[in-house]
Amino acid sequence: MARYSIFSLARHALRHHEDWPRAWRDPQPKPAYDVVIVGGGGHGLATAYYLAKNHGISNVAVLEKGWLGGGNTGRNTTIVRSNYLLPANARFYEHSLKLWEGLSRELNYNVMFSQRGVLNLAHSDAQMDAYARRGNAMRLNGIDAVLLDRDGVRDMVPQLDFSAAARFPIRGGLLQPRGGTARHDAVAWGFARAADARGVDIIQNCEVTGILREGDRVTGVETTRGTIRAGKIGLAVAGHTGHVAAMAGLRLPIESHLLQAAVSEPLKPLLDTVVTSGAAHVYVSQSDKGELVFGGDLDFYNSYAQRGNLPAIASFTTALIALFPGFGRLRLMRHWGGVMDMTMDGSPIIGKTPLRNFYIDGGWCYGGFKATPGSGWVFAHTIANDAPHPLNEAFSLERFASGHVIDERGAGPVPGAH
Amino acid sequence: MLLIPCPWCGPREEGEFAPGGEGHIRRPEPQAASDQDWAEYLYYRTNPKGLHFERWVHAAGCRRWFNVARDTVTHEIRAVYKMSENRPEGL
Repeated sequence: MARYSIFSLARHALRHHEDWPRAWRDPQPKPAYDVVIVGGGGHGLATAYYLAKNHGISNVAVLEKGWLGGGNTGRNTTIVRSNYLLPANARFYEHSLKLWEGLSRELNYNVMFSQRGVLNLAHSDAQMDAYARRGNAMRLNGIDAVLLDRDGVRDMVPQLDFSAAARFPIRGGLLQPRGGTARHDAVAWGFARAADARGVDIIQNCEVTGILREGDRVTGVETTRGTIRAGKIGLAVAGHTGHVAAMAGLRLPIESHLLQAAVSEPLKPLLDTVVTSGAAHVYVSQSDKGELVFGGDLDFYNSYAQRGNLPAIASFTTALIALFPGFGRLRLMRHWGGVMDMTMDGSPIIGKTPLRNFYIDGGWCYGGFKATPGSGWVFAHTIANDAPHPLNEAFSLERFASGHVIDERGAGPVPGAH
Repeated sequence: MLLIPCPWCGPREEGEFAPGGEGHIRRPEPQAASDQDWAEYLYYRTNPKGLHFERWVHAAGCRRWFNVARDTVTHEIRAVYKMSENRPEGL
């Protein structure tokens, strides 16, 4: 792998950038691999990278039905945080955040990780109490958290509506200063390049159409580019977790839902943190290109359609303008939808399945992007050792039968509520 | 915007309704059910990419529940039928 640096940039600039080597190979699929990862998004590519790096398993293929990062990796709103209440979530997401902090250097690829903070707004005394509790829990788990009063929020985000007539009066907020955003495509590309350099075959335009089973064991996949045998198979297919698992005969505690987001026209720097409001059901940040990136709730009915529908856009845009009246003068530039695999407790499933050699990394609900490096790290461990790492032990599929659900919001078995 | 034909009120826009997830899920016999049976009842779903049999409620209308057969890729509504009825044949 040719390393990227200021010197390589200068050298290629002198040659008018005409002979940059390709960042990863485009190999033909081999007939068999030790491990096949289904899904070439951030999670699948990170898994392949850590399989090669941490566990010495490099006879690995990543199969992607379209192009790298063209699914949810390219559709999310790029927020990274670890502001969780429950110990299992806090430990896992904080591990992921720590990997983010060193990721650009680790991959020799600028993932544009920007720790601009994530601010959750509180609009009532009850919410302030809840955030004080969450912030204390975070700090006990070694995660940074700052409880802000109304003036503290006003200092950070004066654009919010602080008037007496505000629809959502600002009472305060919970800030995680180490949270922020990253460039989503770069994460996929960086992991792809680094995994490829360690011998992983990244195979695009290769859709899995069937999973081969012998008894309770999986042995390979049927794809649009032929049959590929596999010692082990790991699923990292985001919204299609239920669909692909069904090919192996598995039913899961997951519903696939449509989640939309939108960007405004680009602006000069205006908002230097991520602002979320659970009460208003909206969140917003400003991209490095200047667009405001915002989104809100699901459309709430089962869907595999990667496209939007107006009621949800109208709902979160109205909420955004209620919080930031000035944003009402902006034009909407683009909106899109992605398919989320919503679990029934709002937490992911990373682990073994009832089938031998078949592993699942899915159920990411609203928030898979922030977990990308951590998810790959623990999923690689799970596949390599045929046993979960302590960080993902709690995210087992069995928890739904044993009663150990990880219900961060205490909302019960409703997929849309998380 | 979905246009949903309520069996009682006729076609109305999506905003008047709330989705209720997969339909036709039977509660297991409490004394006979294993932990896994309960997990399947409470949490496990068919989640098809294609035809889905689901429940909706006309929340801002007649407030009655009913079943919808809808495609999860195209969002096309193939059939609407009452809570007491079985899945329609031949869809």
